[in-house]
Amino acid sequence: MTIRQHPTSGGTASPSDGPPLSGTETGGAAANGAASAGTALSDTVPGAAGDGTAGNGAAGNGARPPRLVGEGLTLAYDKRTIAEGLDVAVPDRSFTVIVGPNACGKSTLLRALARILKPAAGTVVLDGERIGAWPAKKLARTLGLLPQSSIAPEGITVADLVARGRYPHQGLLRQWSREDERVVAESMAATGVADLAERAVDELSGGQRQRVWIAMALAQQTPLLLLDEPTTYLDIAHQIEVLDLCADLHESGRTVVAVLHDLNHAARYATHLIALRDGRIAAEGAPGEVVTAELVREVFRLPCRVIEDPETGTPLVVPAARR
Amino acid sequence: MTGSSRYGVIRTPGGLSLRFRPRALVVAGGCLLLALALGVLLIGSGDFPMSPPDVVRTLLGNGAPADSLIVNQIRLPRVGTALAVGAALGLAGAIFQSLVRNPLGSPDMLGFSQGAATGVLAGIVLAGGGGLAVAGGAVGGGLLTGVLVYAVAGRHGAHGQRLILVGVGVAAILTGVNGYLLTRAKITDAARAVLWLTGSLDGRDWGDSGPLLVALAVLGPVVLVFCGRALRMLEMGDDAAHGLGVPIERVRLILLAAAVLLASFAAAAAGPVAFVALSAPQLARRLTRTAGPNLLPAACMGAALMVAADWVAQRAFPGHQLPVGVVTGLLGGGYLVWLLVTERRTGRI
Repeated sequence: MTIRQHPTSGGTASPSDGPPLSGTETGGAAANGAASAGTALSDTVPGAAGDGTAGNGAAGNGARPPRLVGEGLTLAYDKRTIAEGLDVAVPDRSFTVIVGPNACGKSTLLRALARILKPAAGTVVLDGERIGAWPAKKLARTLGLLPQSSIAPEGITVADLVARGRYPHQGLLRQWSREDERVVAESMAATGVADLAERAVDELSGGQRQRVWIAMALAQQTPLLLLDEPTTYLDIAHQIEVLDLCADLHESGRTVVAVLHDLNHAARYATHLIALRDGRIAAEGAPGEVVTAELVREVFRLPCRVIEDPETGTPLVVPAARR
Repeated sequence: MTGSSRYGVIRTPGGLSLRFRPRALVVAGGCLLLALALGVLLIGSGDFPMSPPDVVRTLLGNGAPADSLIVNQIRLPRVGTALAVGAALGLAGAIFQSLVRNPLGSPDMLGFSQGAATGVLAGIVLAGGGGLAVAGGAVGGGLLTGVLVYAVAGRHGAHGQRLILVGVGVAAILTGVNGYLLTRAKITDAARAVLWLTGSLDGRDWGDSGPLLVALAVLGPVVLVFCGRALRMLEMGDDAAHGLGVPIERVRLILLAAAVLLASFAAAAAGPVAFVALSAPQLARRLTRTAGPNLLPAACMGAALMVAADWVAQRAFPGHQLPVGVVTGLLGGGYLVWLLVTERRTGRI
């Protein structure tokens, strides 16, 4: 079982899918448990509580097969093709971040991975089975999704909204079990919104609201969590707050996939980076290997320098001065 | 009010659990009681007045034979029709408003009432039909309009603004068609048609409301029990509902079909009674103070509104009865203006 410590909290373990991040002090953090994540978070993932029994059988570094794979994906809205022949694999237990310029297809790819968008060609495979064949509720117990925009029903309270994350675990005659109650309370505690439980979601600040939505996704108790631009519209402090929360979720054993706009955030938080350009994968791998000045120029058409992040040692993109 | 008291939970040792909102149940029960009480008053009023205790005694089968004839044969069917029409419209309105995520979503706004009217007019004018043609025309017209609106809006547009805009357009076209059909009608047929178009409960018997009662008995449980929770998830947006495991297209199609059928059968029984479907869900939700579609409270509120409107229609001008649609139209129109003003202030329309 590989659990990586958050970069800001000290060392970085060897990524399971490649060599250590370049320029990073490699601490022996592998398999030291979800020490910094807190037990509340790990408790909300079934079978991911740091005992090494979770997952799909593979043990040890690098041997774990990816759980979520897209093969030969052609993605299109009506007649407009966004991507063609795309092959992606989300490494198990990774914090995978998808980056790329506007309209490169990153959100489209995430929507296809979450089965919102049916690929025009190719298949998405989750745990060895075509995702289209998964029953809706079973899928929602395995793969959680934080869409780019969700609507908080008028006047709904934080506790009510988070409780809706339990829907895939409930049924006609099992509407609100003690388990539901416990998980909702834990999810609110883990995201720091427990004090807001009785407040109306409409009244909250953008950062608080985003944490509430993440709490709802958390209450779904899925081992995989897909987040579509979770930091958009937030100020810098709230962006970091949300990303730290995502990193905590990752450390507690979840596989997290996020679409992010900010390349520096991606480089700092991701364990696996996928850079898209025009519906193609321009590069993928550990941020320390992938994020180079050439790549940024190729993908974003931006001349820049890449230096070492003085805080974490991860790559830091500094755009070139105007003259 | 704290969170723990907002919900009631019943759990069995076997692991089954039911969750409900006491406040919503109280509102629904209160509306239902009010509707029934008004119904008893209504049965007791008229050219042959009866006291409420007499009415109740007669309803329970212990009344005098003369009372029994008037209550059970003449007045009860009318009140029963009013209750059923109101409940169906309230439920249909709550479904539409929840699906389109807009308080303006109602069969009057989305063209379904107009479609039902077109079917009825075609039945009266072209076939010169009687009661069966009216009922069949209303249901057929409403359903065809539903298919048309769904086809034009598109599977992926079957929510929000797009459905409303398509519905408003279809409603405008059908209003024109209805006007044309009226000009082609014989004067006696036209008079009948216009009375139906206003919405009236006059002279309704169980034959008129029978199909509606069956529709309510079948569709009510389907919607309330099997689709209510999924509908609540749909309010958060398609992507979020999908992420929670709601089969969105199937649920939406079932709910749209149920709402169109309920509105059409209600129109078949009493004509396109205006504004009940629009106002009942909003009033119910202001009383329950809970987010969500509030389906059951909306249905009970609709029944209460409808009986109250019929009471006003019969009693407002002594010696002169109004069609119930005139009353709901007057009250509902005022409500719509108020809604537009307040919702505009909060920026939701």
